Amino acid sequence: MRLVSVTPLATLLGALLAASPAPAQDGTLAQVKARGHLVCGVSGGVAGFSMPDGQGRWHGLDVDFCRALAAAIFDDPERVRFIPQSSAARFTALQSGEIDVLARNTTWTLSRDTAAMNFPVITFFDGQGFLVRKSLTITTVKQLDRATICLQQGTTTELNTADWFRTRGLSYQVVTFANSEQTLGAYESGRCDAYSTDKSSLYGERLKTAHPEEHVILEEAISKEPFAPGVRQGDDAWRDLVAWTHYAMIDAEEAGISQANVAALREKTLSPDVKRILGVEGRYGRGLGLTDDWAYRIVRHVGNYGDVFARNLGEATPLKIPRGLNALWTNGGLQYGPPIR
Amino acid sequence: MRAGPPESGSGPRTGSTRALLLQALVALALAALAYAAFANASEKLARQGITAGFGFLSRAAGFDISQRLIPYAAATSTYLDAFCVGLLNTLLVSGLAIGLATLIGFAVGIARLSPNWLARTLAATYVETLRNLPLLLQLLVWYVAVRVALPEAQHPAAWGGAYLSQRGLFLPRPDFFGVAWLVPLAFAAGIIAALARARRAARHVETGAETGPVAWPALAWVLGPPALAWIGLALAGHPVGIAWPSPGPYGPEGGLGVLPEFAALLLGLSTYTAAFIAEIVRAGLASVARGQGEAAAALGLGRAKALRLVTIPQAMRVIVPPLTSQYLNITKNSSLAVLIGYPDLVHVFMGTVLNQTNQAVEVVAITMAVYLTLSLGLAAMMNAYNRRAAPVSR
Repeated sequence: MRLVSVTPLATLLGALLAASPAPAQDGTLAQVKARGHLVCGVSGGVAGFSMPDGQGRWHGLDVDFCRALAAAIFDDPERVRFIPQSSAARFTALQSGEIDVLARNTTWTLSRDTAAMNFPVITFFDGQGFLVRKSLTITTVKQLDRATICLQQGTTTELNTADWFRTRGLSYQVVTFANSEQTLGAYESGRCDAYSTDKSSLYGERLKTAHPEEHVILEEAISKEPFAPGVRQGDDAWRDLVAWTHYAMIDAEEAGISQANVAALREKTLSPDVKRILGVEGRYGRGLGLTDDWAYRIVRHVGNYGDVFARNLGEATPLKIPRGLNALWTNGGLQYGPPIR
Repeated sequence: MRAGPPESGSGPRTGSTRALLLQALVALALAALAYAAFANASEKLARQGITAGFGFLSRAAGFDISQRLIPYAAATSTYLDAFCVGLLNTLLVSGLAIGLATLIGFAVGIARLSPNWLARTLAATYVETLRNLPLLLQLLVWYVAVRVALPEAQHPAAWGGAYLSQRGLFLPRPDFFGVAWLVPLAFAAGIIAALARARRAARHVETGAETGPVAWPALAWVLGPPALAWIGLALAGHPVGIAWPSPGPYGPEGGLGVLPEFAALLLGLSTYTAAFIAEIVRAGLASVARGQGEAAAALGLGRAKALRLVTIPQAMRVIVPPLTSQYLNITKNSSLAVLIGYPDLVHVFMGTVLNQTNQAVEVVAITMAVYLTLSLGLAAMMNAYNRRAAPVSR
């Protein structure tokens, strides 16, 4: 009797399982290869991270990360389609498969990580900073005790600021605005002594003021904002590839391989490290589903991490963001690549 | 089938039954739609890990608010406290804007009918300019103007312990602690006494009994008791404390602060709505028969007295209904505060709280309920006033 009743149930279960959408479909890498280009979700309006220029060509750290990924896969950094994402729609776009990777200065947090996506690697270490007038001659956030601070509302900035000042027994007066234009406008007109948001954004905001040279960004950061590309859960091969694309750029910089010297180095280097990174020795690309010269392609087409940083954010750009936490670990920063071997 | 008088014999074909059936169908469809929307929303919320309900209101808020009428601290206050802070800020700016807009509106409306060419033209220019520019634009202009016109925070203008700068106006604030609460109590008692006197005086006018002057004694009644209480307390050795503002390292602080955002919103709302009120007042005055004013003049009343005692009271029944909708507009338009950083209900609750809790359905529902209650309450008050002001037919 019992057996009789279980059998149809098992059959029904089997049918249900078969009817559910095929779980073992091709991984993202196979889809990207078949499609012939990568689809990358970017912000579309953050200077130095992703922003189109007058000709419609995209520039920025996040943009170059996607180009590096395309270079590793196709040996062609131009085989990327950039799709701007609003902060509200970005996670849905990734989950629905509209984009292959989300490179949109997104902070890696536990709740986002567990909600429905993975963050393979931190590409930029950011934190909440303060923009103040040079004439105040202050150097630390503590000196802002009793100051008035302009913030954009609805962000973690409001909570970070309240926590930071309270736990140190300091006081401040807050003025919050709905968007960054109003916040900057209020700060610039003298309504506030400081304007606080992610440091990487503050460099861009400073450029929008009438006299950027009259404002400084305090070195201190009062929160951790690690920016990481996002991928869908359940695709370990793609997750590995995204992580190692960043690590290849870090390892290349550490080994002294840059866009300028990569071709020459590949011909005549004696260093076993460099040989392994550039695919002269060993067969490390296969594990990623790529050719063995994958890292060589990245550096040749896009550059190492230092090249990309200097091109988009560094001293030579209007933003003039110092390397800070994003220096290599050998230079006192946090950027550290596991060895390619 | 034809519509019209019910056909012979009852059943679903008769007009009234058919109408009932249709109504039931429509009601059913609406209910089904509402249920589907509700089910859909709760399923989506559950998937995002958001618990429906109002439990979030008792969680710690964690953020600061620039203007607080009640004690509020980021660490200890809840989202409910934040809601109250926002609501009180909305009530404060709406209430003051209603008063100010009424004063300006009546002045401009009366000036538009003035025999004086300059007053008439200025009033017309005022109305036509402010009425025809978007309120949003005016608020932004006010906010920029307030900030640009005021001195820098580090170099505030100071008079007698008050400071004015881009950070706002900081005034000395009396501290009513200990026995000093007697002073505001005396103030309230004085206002009640003055109102009672005014009512009695009004009755005397109706009955034709002799009345003395009304305005000056009223002022004495309002200001006298608190002043006496203040002096008495000081003599008894319990002086009322005064919190003086100080220049501060980053600009004025302490005392009673009037923020630039508040000033800009109050001025913007009042001056804009006053233009509409002026037109309503003009229409109301014009609706009173000409003979009324002439009769008042014939009785020897001056223009001001004729307006105050004869024309305006009769104009009120035309003025009050449209005035009510202007008051409602002020309350609703105060939510434009979001654009200039004034922490009203929408700014605090629908902005920060909604963003932090993701309780969109609850937050929006509460906010809508608040505005609905405010508007309906205000309309009920105005209607009650209108019933009293309406002419008694004899």
